[in-house]
Amino acid sequence: MSVIVPLTLHDALQALAEAPDATLLAGGTDLMVELNAGHRQVTDVVSLSRVADLCTWQHDPVRQVLTLGAGITYAEIATEPIAQWVPALAQAARTVGSPQIRNAATIGGNLGTCSPAGDGLPVLSALEAVVHLRSATGSRDLPFDEFMVGPKRTARLPGELITGVSVPVLDGWQGYSKVGVRNAMVIATASVALVTDPAARRVRLALGSVGPVILRCPEAEAAAATAVDFHAASVSDSAVEHFAELARAAARPIDDHRSTAAYRRHAVGVLAGRLLRKAFPNG
Amino acid sequence: MTEAPVRDQLRGRLGDSIGRPDGVAKVQGSFEFSGDLTADGFLWGATLRSPHPHARIVRIDLSGAWRISGVEAVVTADDVPGKATYGLISDDQPVFARDVVRYVGEPVAAVAADHPDTCRRALAAIVVEYELLAPLTDPERAIDGSHEPIHPLGNVVRHQRIVRGDQTIEGPVVVEGTYHLGMQDQAFLGLEAALAVPDPGSDGVELFVATQWLHEDRKQIAACLGFAEEKVRLTLGGVGGAFGAREDISLQVHACLLALRTSRPVRMAYGREESFLGHVHRHPCTVFMRHHAHPDGRIRRIEARFVFDGGAYASTSSAVLINGITHAQGPYKCEHATVDGWAVRTNNLPCGAMRGFGVVQACFAHEGQMDKLAAAVGLDPVEIRLLNAMETGDTLITGQVIENVAPVARCITETAALPLPSEPVGGHDGDPLRLPGGSGLTADRSHIRRGIGWGVAIKNLMYSEAFDDYSTARVRLIDGVASVKFATSEVGQGFVTIAGQIARSVLGVDEVIIEPIDTSVGSAGSTSASRQTWMSGGAVDGACRLVRERLFERVGAANDIDPLRLAIDGTDVVDTEGTLRVPVVEASAGDPIDETFEHHHRPTEDLDENGQGNCHTAFAFVAHRAVVDVDPELGLVKVVQIATAQDVGRALNPLSVVGQIEGGIAQGLGLAVMEEIILVDGHVRNASFTDYLLPTFLDMPDVVISLIEEPDPMAPLGAKGVGEPPTISSTPAVVAAIRDALGKDLARVPVRPSDICL
Ligand SMILES: Cc1cc2nc3c(=O)[nH]c(=O)nc-3n(C[C@H](O)[C@H](O)[C@H](O)COP(=O)(O)OP(=O)(O)OC[C@H]3O[C@@H](n4cnc5c(N)ncnc54)[C@H](O)[C@@H]3O)c2cc1C
Repeated sequence: MSVIVPLTLHDALQALAEAPDATLLAGGTDLMVELNAGHRQVTDVVSLSRVADLCTWQHDPVRQVLTLGAGITYAEIATEPIAQWVPALAQAARTVGSPQIRNAATIGGNLGTCSPAGDGLPVLSALEAVVHLRSATGSRDLPFDEFMVGPKRTARLPGELITGVSVPVLDGWQGYSKVGVRNAMVIATASVALVTDPAARRVRLALGSVGPVILRCPEAEAAAATAVDFHAASVSDSAVEHFAELARAAARPIDDHRSTAAYRRHAVGVLAGRLLRKAFPNG
Repeated sequence: MTEAPVRDQLRGRLGDSIGRPDGVAKVQGSFEFSGDLTADGFLWGATLRSPHPHARIVRIDLSGAWRISGVEAVVTADDVPGKATYGLISDDQPVFARDVVRYVGEPVAAVAADHPDTCRRALAAIVVEYELLAPLTDPERAIDGSHEPIHPLGNVVRHQRIVRGDQTIEGPVVVEGTYHLGMQDQAFLGLEAALAVPDPGSDGVELFVATQWLHEDRKQIAACLGFAEEKVRLTLGGVGGAFGAREDISLQVHACLLALRTSRPVRMAYGREESFLGHVHRHPCTVFMRHHAHPDGRIRRIEARFVFDGGAYASTSSAVLINGITHAQGPYKCEHATVDGWAVRTNNLPCGAMRGFGVVQACFAHEGQMDKLAAAVGLDPVEIRLLNAMETGDTLITGQVIENVAPVARCITETAALPLPSEPVGGHDGDPLRLPGGSGLTADRSHIRRGIGWGVAIKNLMYSEAFDDYSTARVRLIDGVASVKFATSEVGQGFVTIAGQIARSVLGVDEVIIEPIDTSVGSAGSTSASRQTWMSGGAVDGACRLVRERLFERVGAANDIDPLRLAIDGTDVVDTEGTLRVPVVEASAGDPIDETFEHHHRPTEDLDENGQGNCHTAFAFVAHRAVVDVDPELGLVKVVQIATAQDVGRALNPLSVVGQIEGGIAQGLGLAVMEEIILVDGHVRNASFTDYLLPTFLDMPDVVISLIEEPDPMAPLGAKGVGEPPTISSTPAVVAAIRDALGKDLARVPVRPSDICL
């Protein structure tokens, strides 16, 4: 087994060009678990934790865009200044594992694994994030919903690495809720991200752990957009109930050892309704 | 391998809250657990396990493994030199499966090699051809005979009835229910690990191992290796928790066998997934109960049927069964009973000892019944329990009279007197983490309902059914230093702390050396059944008293005083009727005093065919009151507070007692709301801490405690065992609180979110 520890993005891309099937290592909180469990064998490893270019972020106040390097950790996302620009992502970050995990786990790693239960992903989906990919020969940007193609499957090609992800900085309320059987450090059995964009008069809803990929809910979003009064921050109880129902309808959950499909479907409805009510507290 | 004794410089006497002698090392990470052991030139051992719940072994081809360079031994059932099977009560479990595998994870072969990766490759290269057989996974089918025997000893491990009093009593008030408990794992943090070192010429072996009972392990290992017992020497490796899961043999025989085969030290260590397969678990159990009561709520008669799923091998199932059925009445007066109990064999994971040992199952059922009875007669949960509370002198449904201190009513009233949580429903303002759902931020206070529930328990202490249970200790005093030697497994419960406190108090010394814990002294019995403070505490106390007598004789002779007038005061020997005062350091200078003492508890009896007999040694009692916040729509729970008053006899180290209570409550809470090994057709679905959920800090409630200290005259130090009771009635208390919040019946633990909201 070889381990390469590049210090620059250029060197990392070079290393990857030479060994396109090399395994990328960021915080290792997914990868090492898989290695220890024998679910994955690795030969060449390219470690990204020392690549300074990946561990930065930029906030563009004019375009109102935040770009996070792939190596930004959940601990950083959960705190200021990043948290103020993407409160739902910060909330998702706070639900990840334990403090030790959040100090090591990166947003790039969450994208790299791309589990339907990854906590960052519903928020990235609802924010309509753009994933930045780069190889030694070029770069491309993919909307999140095109990047994630299946459970733990992405559109990343051999030789490419995720350099970061860009999200809009919106001024409406946004939130993330996650259900698990334990009160902390638990994999989501169902999760919901809700983002409001008052300027565009839109409400965006994404569901985690209830389908092979993160699911957006266009019907629920459309219904909410007409039912809510952005100015008065109000929505009727019946509209909240209808929104929850459409969220339930959008879910495509399965039964497994963590939960039943019926519970997952039920839970995303409850969470979606509660988040909409939080976003628009007036009845 | 550390040979150095733990030098305990902590000065505490009995009754003091002192820390553990190994506490700092454990916190700093320098404590050597058995998984850390190494020896020069050691090999790694690993186990090949069955992937099937039930199959015939058609053929095993080891040649692939032998061809891998670095592989030094490959062994199967054919290589076991002694007895092919072992077991704590019935030796029905093969060291390696020979013709048939009976559960997923059953050992089939083992290898020793130069590296864990070599071991992995060697295991993968072993070809085992199986012919699949229909698995028996429904315990009822083991009872009704509709499945062919899966073991030569049949599908019923034990059947026992309790028949007492008038069998015709019915009503007038009748309540009934069927309760179910899932399979809980002990989930100790320090995984199974051992280092086996062969004697030169391989005619004996030394094993360093994390276990609960060194001498019992030795007996079983020696029999399987075909050695006389003295050829097998065991030393306790650092133990990271046990809770019952280290009572049975796991890797002991395999490691010794590989070491003897290769004439090299062999180290074996399970990973978490293997650990789930490699040790026994708490029995899943279904309990039907029907209570007949007077209109005022006094219990007249109970009917019960228990079915314990013991999995593929017997382990301690027969004793777990007896504990369950003999505790069916709970800590309540009851004269008439009809109880039917089964422990059965299935192709599920083997089950055996776990903290609470059968009584957890009984308590979940009888406490559910008490709340139903309270509702039926219009009393509240406290009133119904006080009305029926057992007292010293009462006769159990086995005919045994309770001779112990039995402060059941006091446990209940003192728990009721503990303050309810000061925080409002849904937690303190501004701390959403305290709401059900915790860090997931799923609710706000308007969604939450609060409930309060009760659980009260009786638990037998020590072993039962005519077992001659004893513990041995040897004490040496010289130059004011006491050395204490015993084979008592320190599994985290704190016996090494207590042993030092006893020696300091009895002998008037400050410095106590705890010698290495090994088989070079007599047996201490198992660290289980809440028994070591009573049993090994009794042995250390007894040995110290013998040493003290000799010391007094010496001082008496030197000063021409009747030794009976002498006593220990601080660190001096003093004449209670005169002025003589000699420091113990001086009195014990130069010439050592050595004494050994065996403590036996009083004999117990077998049960007869009607379940009658003085089968238990002693009893302890406890009450729990749980306050929970529930999100009824999402089915999420936050336990806010647990209040408890526990009958401890005498708190020899209050800090230690509180540790047992808090830890036991965490385990009881885990069973109530999250801990379950999920089996589908005999296959485990969640053999990891990702999916077998244990309570975190955020799941733990505030615990408020009242220790009830009524020293028990039967106990050597007045102290009752305190380890198991906290786990037992905390589970039903939490579930009762959830029921109270919802107004919904819940008859199964763990309570799943979908049980609450769908
Ligand atoms: C105890 C524990 C608790 C956890 N709890 C949660 C939780 O609550 N919620 C949650 O979502 N996750 C949780 N996780 C999973 C994990 O922490 C996250 O998925 C995390 O974001 C992974 O990041 P990492 O930096 O550790 O990734 P790594 O493990 O280093 O990598 C993960 C995958 O991404 C690939 N990769 C990494 N960086 C890049 C890159 N720049 N470009 C392309 N591919 C890349 C790797 O090759 C690998 O396949 C938990 C893990 C543990 C061990």
